[in-house]
Amino acid sequence: MKSLSLLAGTAVLAVATIATAHADEDMHPTVVARHAQMQLYAYNVGILGGMAQGKIDYDAEAAQTAADNMVALTSMNTASFWPEGTAEGTKAQPAIWENLDDFMSKGEDLAFEAQGMADVAGNDLASLQGAMGNLGGTCSACHREYRAR
Amino acid sequence: MRKRAFVLAVGVVGAAVAFYVTAPQDLDPRVLTDAPFESDPARGELVMAAAGCASCHSAEGSDALAGGKAFVSDFGTFYAPNISTDPDHGIGGWTDYEIVNAMMAGVSPNGAHYYPAFPYTTYSKMTPQDAVDLIAHLRTLPADATPSRDHDVGFPFNIRRSLGGWKFLFASDDWVVADAPTPEIERGRYLVEALGHCGECHTPRNILGGTQTAQWLRGAANPSGEGRIPSIHPDDLGWSEQDIAIYLDSGFTPDFDSVGGEMVDVVENTAQLPPEDRAAIAAYLVALP
Repeated sequence: MKSLSLLAGTAVLAVATIATAHADEDMHPTVVARHAQMQLYAYNVGILGGMAQGKIDYDAEAAQTAADNMVALTSMNTASFWPEGTAEGTKAQPAIWENLDDFMSKGEDLAFEAQGMADVAGNDLASLQGAMGNLGGTCSACHREYRAR
Repeated sequence: MRKRAFVLAVGVVGAAVAFYVTAPQDLDPRVLTDAPFESDPARGELVMAAAGCASCHSAEGSDALAGGKAFVSDFGTFYAPNISTDPDHGIGGWTDYEIVNAMMAGVSPNGAHYYPAFPYTTYSKMTPQDAVDLIAHLRTLPADATPSRDHDVGFPFNIRRSLGGWKFLFASDDWVVADAPTPEIERGRYLVEALGHCGECHTPRNILGGTQTAQWLRGAANPSGEGRIPSIHPDDLGWSEQDIAIYLDSGFTPDFDSVGGEMVDVVENTAQLPPEDRAAIAAYLVALP
């Protein structure tokens, strides 16, 4: 009897877990896509930033690869990632759709600074550090108005 | 009959106490005259960055301290006033004492209480030296003739006199964290609790808008109604001192997310401070009880 209730409890827990996982999958596919895009930004900027901060040893090849990846990621046409009405339950701010031109131009700024990073990242650590401020600045310039914290 | 007289007497005494408690209390003027202060506007620029004046008092897309930014709360919408050097619409015509009395006692030149959306309850712990340096810097900034906008606050919060009661209940000259075992943590406490007024957003408030210091820096509801302002207590944040110092400089979190929302302005300010100050803030935060 005891083992039966334990089994029932486990089953309830399992269903609850599946339901939670399912909720994530229920997110609008474009929301999942743009979160994934941000993750890829963070991964590559993390390599560059980690070197700039001295947390990882500078490696010219790895730096160049990360910077080139940023250029590739920021050259995608992401207009379809931001359909109106997909802010709810996310950190995206409704202001995006009130100033869509400004929002998109902030994305172009990121692409511009990613290219600036790719131009110098493989030279030496000082060049990478010099480009890091501008690249990071474009992240917060956009997050200031268009993402909740 | 006797009972009625008693009630009346209690009422009179109560009203007298209320009258006394709610009267604006000016700052002791000796704060500026006790010691002969040399004011340094260059140092004042750093004080201003640490105190975050421009984050609230400048409107979107403008560097002038002309005010106008809206702050939505449960009590109404507050509009940051013009604190540029304009003699009519800003503070250009104010004396040093009037400015310091506003910042540190929350009392206006015409003797009215300010709403605590203006964090004078934390600036009250500012050192007089920092105050005179800050004022010297403010006086070097450009004038802007934009009139200040009236707050949009309903009854009873529109009775400014009642703020005397609020101050009586919630303003304190004591540090929230009593112990500062090292000079670095002490400096961090000053930057967080006095100038930086971090607790104004990161600490929850009670129903009357007083900060709940038992939950100090453990996160709070966003007064604008959307989302939560995160806890920066080490129990919840889990960042190292170095992580915090880097974030306050670069805006990058340890996993290379980047700062967003109002915190972008804060990081722009902390990035101007000397590295030792960012390290001091970090040391204070990781040592929170």
